[in-house]
Amino acid sequence: MFLINCPYCGERDQQEFKAGGEAHIERPKQPTELSDNEWAEYLFMRKNIKGVQFERWNHAHGCRKWFNMARDTSNDEIKAIYKMGEKPPTQ
Amino acid sequence: MRNKYSIFSLFKNALSDHENWQRAWKDPAPKKEYDAVIVGGGGHGLATAYYLAKKHNMQNIAVVEKGWIGGGNTGRNTTIIRSNYLWDASAGLYDHALKIWEGLSQELNYNVMFSQRGVMNLAHNLQDVRDLKRRTHANRLNGIDAVYLNTEEVKKFCPIINTSQDIRYPVLGGTLQRRAGTARHDAVAWGYARGADEMGVDIIQNCEVKGIKRSGDTIEGIETTKGFIKTKKIGVVAAGHSSVVANMAGLKLPLESKPLQALVSEPVKPIIDTVVMSNAVHAYVSQSDKGELVIGAGTDDYISYSQKGSHQIVEGTLNAILELYPIFSRMRVLRQWGGIVDICPDASPILSKTSIKGLYFNCGWGTGGFKATPGSGDLFAHTIANDEPHKLNAAFNLNRFVSGDLVDEHGAAAVAH
Repeated sequence: MFLINCPYCGERDQQEFKAGGEAHIERPKQPTELSDNEWAEYLFMRKNIKGVQFERWNHAHGCRKWFNMARDTSNDEIKAIYKMGEKPPTQ
Repeated sequence: MRNKYSIFSLFKNALSDHENWQRAWKDPAPKKEYDAVIVGGGGHGLATAYYLAKKHNMQNIAVVEKGWIGGGNTGRNTTIIRSNYLWDASAGLYDHALKIWEGLSQELNYNVMFSQRGVMNLAHNLQDVRDLKRRTHANRLNGIDAVYLNTEEVKKFCPIINTSQDIRYPVLGGTLQRRAGTARHDAVAWGYARGADEMGVDIIQNCEVKGIKRSGDTIEGIETTKGFIKTKKIGVVAAGHSSVVANMAGLKLPLESKPLQALVSEPVKPIIDTVVMSNAVHAYVSQSDKGELVIGAGTDDYISYSQKGSHQIVEGTLNAILELYPIFSRMRVLRQWGGIVDICPDASPILSKTSIKGLYFNCGWGTGGFKATPGSGDLFAHTIANDEPHKLNAAFNLNRFVSGDLVDEHGAAAVAH
C-alpha cells in the first residue's frame, strides 16, 4: 500500500489505481507474420523484475487515465512517473 | 541411522527433559559437485529432493535455500489441501498429491497433522451455482469425491454460517470434498527435510543462488553465496523468486510475482471444524489446532517482492468473513503477513524442462501450491531424474504458452486456490 502521484490528479491512495503490468511491450506490427514463439513472447513472457521495473498504471477510480511508472518492486518505492508515450527514465 | 519417532521415543525423551533428541537434519557445507542441485528449500523443493533420493536413487544431491527451510511460502500459507479442480490435467495432478498426503505421516515417520476435515466451497449467485455443479460433475467423472449441497445442507454442515437470504451475497449452496482438509505446514517441510537428509541429501541453508553457469545450452554449475557448486542438473523451486533465478540463466517465464496475505485471530475454543472457502467474496477460513482462525486474503494486483500487501485487501476479506460469520465480529486479529506468489496467466503451475539442458523449473503455483507439495515433489523428481515429464505433469510444461494448450483454471475452478 502506497501513495501514487497521478500525473493528472496529484497524489492519491494506491487503492484508487489499477496495476497494468509491465510497460513498453509493443504490439507486433505485423501479427500475421509472427511465429508461435513470438506470440508467446508477446502475450505471456514477462521480465517480472525484482528491482526497478517499468510498468503501466491506470487511475481507475479517478481520472481513468493510463500512465507509466518506474518502481522498485523489492520495496515498492516509486522512482519516477511519466506519461504514456514518453520514454522510460534512464536513471 | 536416524532414530524412529514413536510413542516410546517420546516417553523416553520426556524422562530426560527432552534434551537428548537427535537433530533432525545436518547442517553441511556444500560439496564441490553434486548430481543435482535443488534451488529452494520449501516444501516442494525438499519433497523433490526426498523423492529423487528415494525413488530415483539420486543421493548425491543438495538443496540450497537462501533463508531457512520452510521459511518462505511453506510457512506462510493457510494450509488448505483439496483436489476438486475442474480440468482433467489439474484433477490428475492435485489428486495425485492428495493420495500421497493420505499416507504421508506414516511414510515420513513425521506427524504432518493431515486432517481430512473437508473443504466446502460456497456459491453466492446463480452463476456460482452452475459453475460449482459443473465442477462437482467433472470431479466425479475424474474419481474425485465431491457433493453439491443446498443452502440447508451448508447450514447443517457448518452451523455458524449466516445463510440468511437478505445479506449482500447470500449462500445459495456449495460443494463439499470430504477427503480435503489441512495439514501442519512447517511439519511438512521438516518431515521431508529429515527424510531427505537421512538418505544423504545435503540441505544447505543460508545459501543464496547468485548465478547459473552454462556453456551453450548445457548447465555447468551454480554460483552461490557459499561458493561455486558444480552440477549438471538444477531444479528450481523458488516460488515467488522463480523469475529472478530464471533471469540468471537468461530465461523469461510467464510469471508475475504478487503479494498474497493471510492472517490469524486470537485462539478460541473449537468453533469451525472444516474449511470454508468462498471465491466470489474472496474469504476463506479454517481453525488451527491451536484454536486460531486462519483466514486467507487475496493478492494485490501489482508486482511486488516486498512481502507486504495492501490494507484494503485484508479489509475486503474481513468484511466478507464478518457477513458470512457474524459470530466472529468481536474477535481480534493476532498476526497478519504476506508472501510472494508467482502467478501464471492460466493459474496452473509449471513443472517442466526448459530450453537449457539440465535446467528444470517447478513454479507458477500461484496462490495454491501447498496442497500439491507431495505430488509436486514426486512428479518434479521424476522429471529431473528421467529428463522427461511424468504423464501427470506432461500438460504443465512451459511449451503450453507457445502451443496455446493452456490449463485454464482461473475462473473455472476457483479464484482462491
